[in-house]
Amino acid sequence: MVNAIEVEKLRKEFKSYSSRAGLIGAFRDLFTRNYKIIRAVNDISFTVKQGEMVGYIGENGAGKSTTIKMLTGILTPTSGKVIVNGMIPHKEREAFVRTIGVVFGQRSQLWWDIAVQESFRLLKKVYRVSDRDYKEHMEHVIDTLDIGPLLDKPVRKLSLGQRMRCELAAALIHNPPLLFLDEPTIGLDVLVKLKIRKFLKEINEKYNTTILLTTHDISDIEALCERVIMLDEGKIIYDGSLQRLKANWGEGKQLQFTFANEIRLDALYALTNGLPVKWRKGEQANAWVAHVSPSLVPEVISRVVSGYDIQDMNINEISTEEIIRNIYEEGVVHG
Amino acid sequence: MDKYIEMIRIRFLMMLAYRTNYYTGILIYSINIGAYYFLWSAIYSDKPSIQGMSIEQMTTYVAVSWMARAFYFNNIDREIAMEIKEGKVAVELIRPYSYLGMKTMQGLGEGIFRLLFLSLPGMIIVIFLFPLHFSTNVSTWIYFALSITLSFIINSELNLLAGVVTFFTLNNEGLLRAKRFIIDLFSGLILPISFYPAWAQEVMKYFPFQGISYIPSMIVTESFQGQAVIDGLLFQLVWSVMLLIPIRLLWRAAKKQLVIQGG
Repeated sequence: MVNAIEVEKLRKEFKSYSSRAGLIGAFRDLFTRNYKIIRAVNDISFTVKQGEMVGYIGENGAGKSTTIKMLTGILTPTSGKVIVNGMIPHKEREAFVRTIGVVFGQRSQLWWDIAVQESFRLLKKVYRVSDRDYKEHMEHVIDTLDIGPLLDKPVRKLSLGQRMRCELAAALIHNPPLLFLDEPTIGLDVLVKLKIRKFLKEINEKYNTTILLTTHDISDIEALCERVIMLDEGKIIYDGSLQRLKANWGEGKQLQFTFANEIRLDALYALTNGLPVKWRKGEQANAWVAHVSPSLVPEVISRVVSGYDIQDMNINEISTEEIIRNIYEEGVVHG
Repeated sequence: MDKYIEMIRIRFLMMLAYRTNYYTGILIYSINIGAYYFLWSAIYSDKPSIQGMSIEQMTTYVAVSWMARAFYFNNIDREIAMEIKEGKVAVELIRPYSYLGMKTMQGLGEGIFRLLFLSLPGMIIVIFLFPLHFSTNVSTWIYFALSITLSFIINSELNLLAGVVTFFTLNNEGLLRAKRFIIDLFSGLILPISFYPAWAQEVMKYFPFQGISYIPSMIVTESFQGQAVIDGLLFQLVWSVMLLIPIRLLWRAAKKQLVIQGG
């Protein structure tokens, strides 16, 4: 099996200027400026095999986009090794980018004022796709994404969901073996999301396309990726299967109680004294959430119910979203 | 090469989408030419010639300069600056083409569009309004065609240089404005270079600006004759090659320096 992406000790530093306060400070800034070096990506290493679908997640500013930009050859790394599709992206940019497809959810790569098919036609020339390959491959893509009726409309007249499907098709014109998707489902409705996910799965199966996906929508990851790489402050804090992440963090249940009256945290801990229970405040007034292992659920419920007036109660599985939130809050991965 | 030609076509389509802009363009250029015609008529009053140019040659010079400007003038410096400011340059860099080469082709697409939809109709209007004199000598027109092609190259190269500087400053509105004004002034668009004081003419020999407007206009009005035409074209050619060097160097440095703004 060939590695699609090999990254070793990759680092990117930016100079960040800070302005001095006040008028005098502004004058001083004219001559000398304060700056500090910010390490956006801090010595990360990982490899991705051909055909894998990997979710690359992290909070805003964790360094996801910076990594993607180094992997696609847009940014030059400060230090470290990057080899993607057997090439060093920023060194052989023009040859390299023929082997990848990229979708930036927040930027359009279609030409705004002209019809979608004109953009496609230009990209077809740019990537030197033969008429036969184009017909064979793109007809299928256009069909699956259901964008046939949109082709003669200018991009500025498309809705976000329509545009996104066209963007995805545009990134696939040259049928690249590796696809980078930077927040491809941002701002899309559920139906479009589902359509895009289904389509991505399909091309992964059909062409063994490697997909690296960044997103804030954990359901994207759950639907598509077996493996996640989690980034925090420029460092990888988790790299492994989604299953294992869930198993280590997601054991147990969440019990959500809505109390009739106001209640204090120490009173709750006193109530469950001796049991390994973690309480935290719920989102509504007087709501509290207990995180317990499954075997203790009846015990905790009986103690709470006998001690206080309860208006409502729910028992939930811990969602992936919850797990990831917990990890962000604590900044490390246990187990 | 195919993709670059396709890009010219795309730009042409984009210009067509906003074609009404050009009807006002024709009007503005005609008014400019008119204003300069009356100004020069007053200056010449009854002198047969100044600096070896007759009033007829001068009017033609002004008309041709403005119409040629429509061809060589483009906004690629501003476009590059904007693409950097908004982070759109990221999308350009994931495509298998030379970014600056593509920008130049977009400029060419725009230039050809303006030549057909602004300069030619504008010229027809202007011919009826003012006494212009055009040569019927075929070789003059061939030299002129060569010369404005080189004008386009020199001007685009200066635009690329100014645009790429944005990679370092991230905002250089002031520089772009200054550059546009310097080109209008020192290229001979407003005043032929031969009207400048001798020392200024000497200094300007060391700058590429007169290769943008002065030389093609002097060629088409036949104010340059014989060897002067060849010298002018050589001057343009040398500059269009020489300017490639700073562009290369700056572009290489810029790629290392690049920061994509806005995520």
